[in-house]
Amino acid sequence: MSYKKNLRLFSWGLGTPLLIAATAGSAFAEEAAQTAIDSGDTAWILTSSALVLFMTVPGLALFYGGLVSQRNVLSTLMHSFFLTCLISVQWVLWGYSLAFGSDIGGIIGGFDYLFFNGVGPEANGSIPHLAFAMFQCMFAIITVALISGTFAERMNFKAFVIFSLLWATFVYDPLCHWVWQEGGWLYKLGALDFAGGTVVHISSGVTALVACTMIGKRIGYPQTVSPPHNLPLTLIGGSMLWFGWFGFNAGSSLGANGLAAIAFTVTNTAAATAGLAWVFVEWAHRGKPTILGCVTGAVAGLVAITPASGFVSVPSALIIGFGAGVICYLGVNYLKEKFGYDDSLDVFGVHGLGGTWGALATGIFASTSVNPNGADGLLYGNAAQFVNQIVSVLAGWALAGIGTFVILLVVKAFVPLRAEPEDEMAGLDLSVHGEVAYNYTSTGMSKILE
Amino acid sequence: MNKIEAIIRPHKLEDLRLALEEIGVTGMTVSEVRGFGRQRGHSEIYRGREYNVVFQPKIKVEIMVKEQNTEQVIDTIRATVNTGQVGDGKIFIYPIAEVVRIRTGERGADAL
Repeated sequence: MSYKKNLRLFSWGLGTPLLIAATAGSAFAEEAAQTAIDSGDTAWILTSSALVLFMTVPGLALFYGGLVSQRNVLSTLMHSFFLTCLISVQWVLWGYSLAFGSDIGGIIGGFDYLFFNGVGPEANGSIPHLAFAMFQCMFAIITVALISGTFAERMNFKAFVIFSLLWATFVYDPLCHWVWQEGGWLYKLGALDFAGGTVVHISSGVTALVACTMIGKRIGYPQTVSPPHNLPLTLIGGSMLWFGWFGFNAGSSLGANGLAAIAFTVTNTAAATAGLAWVFVEWAHRGKPTILGCVTGAVAGLVAITPASGFVSVPSALIIGFGAGVICYLGVNYLKEKFGYDDSLDVFGVHGLGGTWGALATGIFASTSVNPNGADGLLYGNAAQFVNQIVSVLAGWALAGIGTFVILLVVKAFVPLRAEPEDEMAGLDLSVHGEVAYNYTSTGMSKILE
Repeated sequence: MNKIEAIIRPHKLEDLRLALEEIGVTGMTVSEVRGFGRQRGHSEIYRGREYNVVFQPKIKVEIMVKEQNTEQVIDTIRATVNTGQVGDGKIFIYPIAEVVRIRTGERGADAL
């Protein structure tokens, strides 16, 4: 999103403000002050930032919380809520600077925005620099929170905190820089990622696969693992994800404009198509159309359309959504079983596979007739774009996979990755957090007075 | 005929069911219950206020067995749900006066 789109949107003579963003504090600063901030654009991006926050809390928290056993629902909600706090602070301290600070070799941002120094209300494109930085903050939060579904019900909380902080710093921030900062090497390569197919979904999905393999299966998996304890919570959370995703994708136009309306439309279309596709495939395959299948399918469609949302037509969105529903269904049903990993809440199956499909599909269906500042894909005779997408997918897989592997090895050297077996069996809510989600009766509960 | 009633740790239920099926037990009834014995309560903390929760969540399993299978079922329960910690639960055995299968009207051991 961001600079790429920014640059392209304004490439007809208004390119300079973008450079400022990347090199603020330099001689461009004066020009930045002269660039007009558009009130409509600013209103939409601030609103979109709040929408993306809403995806994590309470959206993702409830989506995941309903899927775990009753004795782990609080610990699962806590993952999302705690990370919202942790990554918000990390982002203003150093995360934003590493991602969007002045480019160092196409790999990482410099320290110029440390502590949000130099990030102010001045224009960055047509919106305040702060609005852009906070919009990006919400993306960092949800990416790290998405991972938590893979090790739900068993990870040691201390290890979770350290892992999340290191991962945000050494995997998310660089990857975000590669793809979205104009000096990043994937940005320069011309890989298209409108709203985070690679940065958000491939990275969290692949990380999930590596993490759940290294942390190990839940005790009793697969025979005696509890089924979802509250699917209505999951449906509410999934619906909030869909709602918030309009900020995620349509907000990634960085303006209240026609491109935002395009992204809004294809996002809704792909989500709906994927929800239908999952249900119909499941209905034919297992005999019943399930609620969880419908919600999961819609989320898979949202994931897949994310990188493509500013570049493709409505018919292409139908195909991308359909593909997402079918591919993710097969991944969740067959891959997990075949390889025997315990990705508790299917982060890899939905975000890893959906994100990969979306990134490749962008290289197939992108069209300059939709967005003249984008590129044509394979379908429109530009095979080179498809190759660029493959490169970006491989880069995302490699950074997330290797980064996660190394970080977990480091964490493991200091703290155990897993909760104690007796804590895991008793449930993390009580054993780790000292709370219980559903106290329907207060029988036998007495307050200890000191 | 005996009724075996076992109070066990909730997370041991699946293991117990599998173990009992393996020795030929064909049915059981379970309920979620709360209670206390030697394992006293735990504490929960809400905004710094600590609560002592006396009644622990447990599962009550009821199994009806023929006289000659009683010991085997008891042994299986003990072997499966024993963790060696206080709070593993108890097993109670009661004689059954009569059993009736509602659908067919069969009585006694045939109805088990």
